[in-house]
Amino acid sequence: MKTTTINFIGNRHIALIFSGLLSFASIISLATQGLHMGIDFTGGTLIEVGYQQPADLNALRLKLDTEGFEDATVQNFGTAKDVLIRLKLQDGVSSADLSTKVLDTINKDVAQPASLRRVEFVGPQVGDDLAEDGFLALLYSSLAILVYIAWRFEWKFSLGAIIATFHDVIVTLGLFSILGLEFDLTVLAAVLALIGYSLNDTIVVYDRIRENFRALRDISTEEIMNISVNVTLSRTIMTSLTVLLVLVSLFFLGGQTIHNFSLVLLFGVFFGTYSSIFIASPAALMLGISPADLMIPVKDNSDIAHLP
Amino acid sequence: MQNHYSLWKNISIILVFLISIIYSLPNLYGDDPSVQVSHIVNKLTQAQASDIESTIKNTGTPLKTFQFKDGRVLARLTNTDDQMKIADLLRDKMGNNYTVALNLAPTTPSWLQAIGAQAMYLGLDLRGGVHFLLEVDIDAAVKQAEERYNDDLRLALREAKIHYQNVSKDNGFIKVILKDTNDKAELLALLGKDFRGLTVTEPEAAEQVWLKISEADSREIKKSAVAQNMTTLRNRVNELGVAEPVIQQQGVNRIMVQLPGVQDTSRAKEILGTTATLEYRLVDTEHDVQQAVSGHPPIGSRLYYEKNGNPILLDKRIIITGDQIVDSASSSDDDGRPSVSISLNGIGASKMGKLTQVSIGKPMAVVFIEYKNETRIVNGEKVRHKEKVEKVISVATIQGVFSKRFQTTGLDSPQEARNLSLLLRAGALAAPVDIVEERTVGPSLGQDNIDKGMMSFLVGFALVVFFMAVYYKVFGLIANAALAFNVVIVVAILSMLQATLTLPGIAGIILTVGMSVDANVLIFERIKEEINNGNTPQSSIFSGYDKAFATILDSHFTNLVVAVVLFAFGTGSVKGFAVTLIIGILSSMFTAITGTRMIINWIYGNKHVEKLSI
Repeated sequence: MKTTTINFIGNRHIALIFSGLLSFASIISLATQGLHMGIDFTGGTLIEVGYQQPADLNALRLKLDTEGFEDATVQNFGTAKDVLIRLKLQDGVSSADLSTKVLDTINKDVAQPASLRRVEFVGPQVGDDLAEDGFLALLYSSLAILVYIAWRFEWKFSLGAIIATFHDVIVTLGLFSILGLEFDLTVLAAVLALIGYSLNDTIVVYDRIRENFRALRDISTEEIMNISVNVTLSRTIMTSLTVLLVLVSLFFLGGQTIHNFSLVLLFGVFFGTYSSIFIASPAALMLGISPADLMIPVKDNSDIAHLP
Repeated sequence: MQNHYSLWKNISIILVFLISIIYSLPNLYGDDPSVQVSHIVNKLTQAQASDIESTIKNTGTPLKTFQFKDGRVLARLTNTDDQMKIADLLRDKMGNNYTVALNLAPTTPSWLQAIGAQAMYLGLDLRGGVHFLLEVDIDAAVKQAEERYNDDLRLALREAKIHYQNVSKDNGFIKVILKDTNDKAELLALLGKDFRGLTVTEPEAAEQVWLKISEADSREIKKSAVAQNMTTLRNRVNELGVAEPVIQQQGVNRIMVQLPGVQDTSRAKEILGTTATLEYRLVDTEHDVQQAVSGHPPIGSRLYYEKNGNPILLDKRIIITGDQIVDSASSSDDDGRPSVSISLNGIGASKMGKLTQVSIGKPMAVVFIEYKNETRIVNGEKVRHKEKVEKVISVATIQGVFSKRFQTTGLDSPQEARNLSLLLRAGALAAPVDIVEERTVGPSLGQDNIDKGMMSFLVGFALVVFFMAVYYKVFGLIANAALAFNVVIVVAILSMLQATLTLPGIAGIILTVGMSVDANVLIFERIKEEINNGNTPQSSIFSGYDKAFATILDSHFTNLVVAVVLFAFGTGSVKGFAVTLIIGILSSMFTAITGTRMIINWIYGNKHVEKLSI
């Protein structure tokens, strides 16, 4: 594949406007609709059952209503034969009784009882703990990476990388918010993995820019960046392609439980690649990066000039 | 010489490869659903084993193998339905003194087992089973300790003949109001000698002394409350008959319990979730029970109800609490009546000894206390609180003076004796325990997840291999070899560490497949570039690896940082994902840089090459 010569940096405004719009839409959605938090963070009970035939959701809802579980949500999970029942936290009823009661309710007067696939119960304290842990994980990894990049590269690069990655996370969360998809622990893990991947990508480009800053003279910063991005283009696209291949396999064949997980990564890897090419370098540029920033400062001898 | 690895380097790489293959092998051997039968204390006899074997054979259930070793029976069956059926059958047959456990027995050949090779440890979402997080109410434990101090103090004061007006709990303190202020010095001396765990405050009122459990003592109580619960849980879990249970302390007051393979989750929850404790009290034979029933209980006694509903008056003082019972067994006494023999620890023994010296012929009751969560409507609002349910489960006459070991009679049947002794042996919990998190996965879903995980892995792998071979040709094939090598290493390390493999963990391995290609791509693209710049093939290879190295290090490091943070803050399945990610990243760095280099050096090293097939 011959090295391309696309003017990424010159045309950065198109990309920035596009990304700006997407991010804006995501933020609006997150602020108004918010994220549909799973029971891992809110606490509550979740019961998944399987039937031999497609389940009659309305009949189930009716049964649960009459037994006093009015606020239970009943949905299909993956296929028409699998049903997911969700209950919010209830005062004073231990999960031990709750899930057994619900199961008894839906299995009443039924020829073939549903088979229990899984039950998850998260108490309020644990829900808060998990939410806090998740937030801290997000915070610490961001901080650690910020420090690392600032140490390996220069602070303008560091900020540029953070902006690019932040953009990916916001847009992916926005997708979840707009589609109303559930945000649970595994999704959070996927978001963290996504941060790692997106930064990985961005670093490869920055690495090349740094190398070229040192190697190429008498060329404008913009030009150097353009060259660097073009040269690493084939590698960036190739890597993303292979990762996307496995993610597609995971998305279609992995089953419903990690469906949202693979969706985050699919979406995120795609955008991670996009941001590494179109956002990361322009961001650093706009922060005023130039080859001078990478040069080792020459010692100023004026302070010893007066000494004999 | 460019592009050449020394002999020892080549050998060590190959060695790593071979070892990885060997330690991954156990994963190819499946597990047999099996049933394990053992006696709680003794070993089974050959006769019993043969009896069990014929029982199974009589049902017509296909039996894979039957093993009688170390006094235990292991019956391997062909599927989990049979396993459940046989387990239930044997449980009914063998009775309460035998443990019938469900097990997944590995079929790894013995030569592999000899070198310590095992299959990966599957998480609950792949194996099916129950996971509980229990929270110990350590504040209640401290309150219980206060009650005990209260009672012990009264006893001690009476023995020392220090007259008191009142000893009671008030506002977090135990307040002692003396009759005579001159006794204060004596009281303080007594406290300093026998009640070191209490800190003393002397208020303005000269005849009062206020006591509080010290910080250090309080900490000890909380710690041992959790430890006590853990021991009790272990015993209870053993009674459930689960092989390979996991019971771990999490943080200051939480306990995690994992029971893989458990299908009957409601029974598990009953046994674990019910919080219960025991107390021994003297029966009040002096006063009239009816007086208490009508609402005027005599001072010093409390009204209780027996199992059959009969009211009974018990002394307010607690003699023995459940945590002082060390052992119990059901048997019959000299007259053939069902009884339970009980052993106490040192403190319990001394208390019991003192009591029985003065109470021969008097009846003593065992109170069974359960804590249930109840919600009540108070002023229109839902208020949640714990309700204490107390029942007298046995009343027995004290036959003689005893301290450490004694028998309790007055039981209806051998069955009742067995149940009581089981309860006592499994231990009463020192402090109430609440289930705060539960995750149960049914066995069908577990197998489902494994199948889906395997399928997406194979398809993903195949796609990448195909793509790499087509695009990078010979170098692509080399990358594929490194990829396979990578997966084998990850599996081997997971097996050796016995780290838990979860469904997200499998996703992590799949992700590693995609990402490990990255390092190779970086190198190959660099080599291509060098060639395009007009360098010779040999030097292109050399500088390709050289220049790409720093980039690979940087990019993998950031991924590693994220994975480590995930590991630190994650729980359960998320932790499993972090583990495979970390191992995968490290391993891919190794195979991409060192592994592929070795192969390339073999093919192209030290030879005159015109063109690279890349």
